[in-house]
Amino acid sequence: MSERITLQVARYRPERESEIQFESYELPCPKEWVVLDGLNHIKDRIDGTLSYRWSCRMGICGSCGMLVNGEPKLTCATFLSDYAPGPVRVEPLRNFPVIRDLVVEIGDFMGKLARVKPWIVRDSEKPLSEGEYRQTPEELDNYKQFSMCINCMLCYSACPIYGLDPHFIGPAAIALAQRYNLDSRDQGAAERMQILSEHDGIWGCTFVGECTKVCPKHVDPAGAIQRYKLQSAVEWVKAFVLPRAAQ
Amino acid sequence: MTAAFDVVLVGGGGAGLRAAIAIAEAAPRLRVAVVSKVYPMRSHTVSAEGGAAGVIGSDDSIDEHCYDSISGSDWLGDQDAIEAFVKEAPQELLRLEHWGCPWSREADGRIAVRPFGGMKKMRTWFAADKTGFHMLHTLFQTSLKYSTVVRYDEWLVTRLLVDDGVVQGVVALELATGKIEAITARAVILCTGGCGKVFPFTTNAAIKTGDGMALAYRAGAPLKDMEFVQYHPTGLPFTGILITEAARAEGGHLLNKDGYRYLQDYALGKPQPKPVFRTMELGPRDRLSQAFMKEVEKGRTIATPYGQVVHLDLRHLGEKLIDTKLPFVRELCTKYQNVDPVKELIPVRPVVHYMMGGVHTDINGATPLPGLYAAGEVACVSINGANRLGSNSLPELLVFGARAGHAAAEYSLTAKDPGAAALAQFKDEARRLEHDLLQSNGRERIADVRQDMQRTMEESAGIYRSGAELKRGAAALRDLQERARHLLIEDQSRTFNTERVSALELTFMLDVAETIVNSALRREESRGAHQRVDFPARDDQRYLAHSLAERQPDGSCGVGYLPVTITRWPPAERVYGEAPANERAHYAAGRAVPSREGV
Repeated sequence: MSERITLQVARYRPERESEIQFESYELPCPKEWVVLDGLNHIKDRIDGTLSYRWSCRMGICGSCGMLVNGEPKLTCATFLSDYAPGPVRVEPLRNFPVIRDLVVEIGDFMGKLARVKPWIVRDSEKPLSEGEYRQTPEELDNYKQFSMCINCMLCYSACPIYGLDPHFIGPAAIALAQRYNLDSRDQGAAERMQILSEHDGIWGCTFVGECTKVCPKHVDPAGAIQRYKLQSAVEWVKAFVLPRAAQ
Repeated sequence: MTAAFDVVLVGGGGAGLRAAIAIAEAAPRLRVAVVSKVYPMRSHTVSAEGGAAGVIGSDDSIDEHCYDSISGSDWLGDQDAIEAFVKEAPQELLRLEHWGCPWSREADGRIAVRPFGGMKKMRTWFAADKTGFHMLHTLFQTSLKYSTVVRYDEWLVTRLLVDDGVVQGVVALELATGKIEAITARAVILCTGGCGKVFPFTTNAAIKTGDGMALAYRAGAPLKDMEFVQYHPTGLPFTGILITEAARAEGGHLLNKDGYRYLQDYALGKPQPKPVFRTMELGPRDRLSQAFMKEVEKGRTIATPYGQVVHLDLRHLGEKLIDTKLPFVRELCTKYQNVDPVKELIPVRPVVHYMMGGVHTDINGATPLPGLYAAGEVACVSINGANRLGSNSLPELLVFGARAGHAAAEYSLTAKDPGAAALAQFKDEARRLEHDLLQSNGRERIADVRQDMQRTMEESAGIYRSGAELKRGAAALRDLQERARHLLIEDQSRTFNTERVSALELTFMLDVAETIVNSALRREESRGAHQRVDFPARDDQRYLAHSLAERQPDGSCGVGYLPVTITRWPPAERVYGEAPANERAHYAAGRAVPSREGV
């Protein structure tokens, strides 16, 4: 392991640059340091103008996703020494407009998140006085994996479909829809199905599974998409085969 | 441009979102804005791990949860507030269940609960060991249902608008564009969380810079009990990442360098093979962190490049239990510490975790300033007194988020609309943000001043304090305030200028740090998390009282006192380690985690 390492960091200040440029910074590389520690060192000690997002530094807030040597990563969970002797290239997540330096615009995702109705939908709500909705550990396991998404955007950055077609609702939003669809307390699957079917993007997904590969929380959005497609195809067939009353 | 709302919430974490939903449900005609410097799902509630306390077992009672919280608070909690909190916590947790929170379950589908430090019954609801994460995402996703809630994501509030003592909105800076707006409102609720970043070693996220506390203090609201800073006994060295108390609740042991369960030497009971309520590793956080310091003095801790540590031993729990109940602990240890708790000891040391103090509010979240409310960690109601019990903070943000939401909504119906004074303040503030900060010619690096502040706080206001050190700390902070007037800000861009944000956060933290040190200096006793080596005993004669830190006209920090509300539980000694016979009998039967009705 080398004692120092070079970070090549993407810089983009819209007032100054018309496109992304790279700036190199030489840093210490203690074995405990993650890429985010390196960025913080730059900001505190070398160049205060570098902008990026971060907060929890424990892989749960989802703020610090960036490309590290071309791969979408949580920079708080990516050790610098794994890239020794370097250099290491740090860029904003791909497939998003860049606001500044390493900060990307995620408003599109925030809108999509709300569109899949990520809340419990029920015909009737039971009063609190009747206690909890019973849910066995097995029923919990049914959707639990899809509830672990931290909205870090790594899957959108890795998704070849989203890259070509920004209308595609995308891996995390579909996984979240499935998180509620599969929850034994929820009755909103039909409503969500309609929303997911509005756009063809989902059928373009070729089960490449890039989203699942980069997911730091093992949510498996690709699995969610395949389950949705299957469910959707069954509904489609039912619509032709079965009399209306049986659907 | 001026936007007008009925209620503006500052902060989009658990308390802010709960308040927003409370208002949207109770008063759907009111216009509500959530202004947060991060997207709501990034808020620090996300990092809470272990669980949320709410009486649910048939063997448990409101009075017992009250008593645990009161003795945990070293009798500094207000008993009327604690009782209201304990009564409302279960229904709030249940409401979250109805909204989809993936609480861990018993085999028959009922909510599961686990033991927790300082609690004598199993009443801590949990979603594995990512409870805060699931609560926050459930609240955020549920909030999306309500179209009346307008979000200002990534807007930093820099000042409260106050006309003749009445709060009428905020000034906020949009990070992406640098746009500065007056967001006027008939009521403002601060939900910005804590201020762990005033210390060098903390579990708190980078965003926990005491913004709401400083905003309130500058506007003339008192900060209450700021000397009470909670050190969590088990943080990973270097990163300060929290290893949840649930690890000990599930049966983990704390060992010194000789492999000895040292807590038995500190009036916390004797080691038992299985966890016993209010005993040993299930003692309260203040006492465990203090015991660590005593072990350091005795030379029985382990030296590492990142300070002295002890070991947390989970190996005897087995892989299956760890993966089911503590998967995040395993993930954090392997990913960040390169230690697998299934096979290895986890190095841990006390780490600044939570602020018992905060903006002084009543039982409905109202501060003394009309129009200003606060809820969650930023507030001090106080239910936590001198030491918060683990798993009381998550239900606190629900109970008091909802209460503050309702109170602010009602107040907003009769409050006056903002006038000319608010506009003038907005112009002042815009000038400061644009001119003073973007065209500064200072020479002080933000990181230097921040580090010196953090070092000062650790040296003067750590786990053990003395009058002499606190005086030195207060003087050092005055110097740092002066240096902070001449910060070097290299970034003059309006687009996502995080250096300007860091400068603003630093000045928030310096104000909060001053209130901590001055409140600690004035309290000449030891109570809960405030331990004075020069005044080692609790002194109910002089200090069974809340401190109130108020900004004086000359900018200095004045400290006064307010009586504690005592209703049914007169002050007594805190006793840990003496479990009632029926509990011992139960654990002797060999079940570490009895079912909800099994105790």
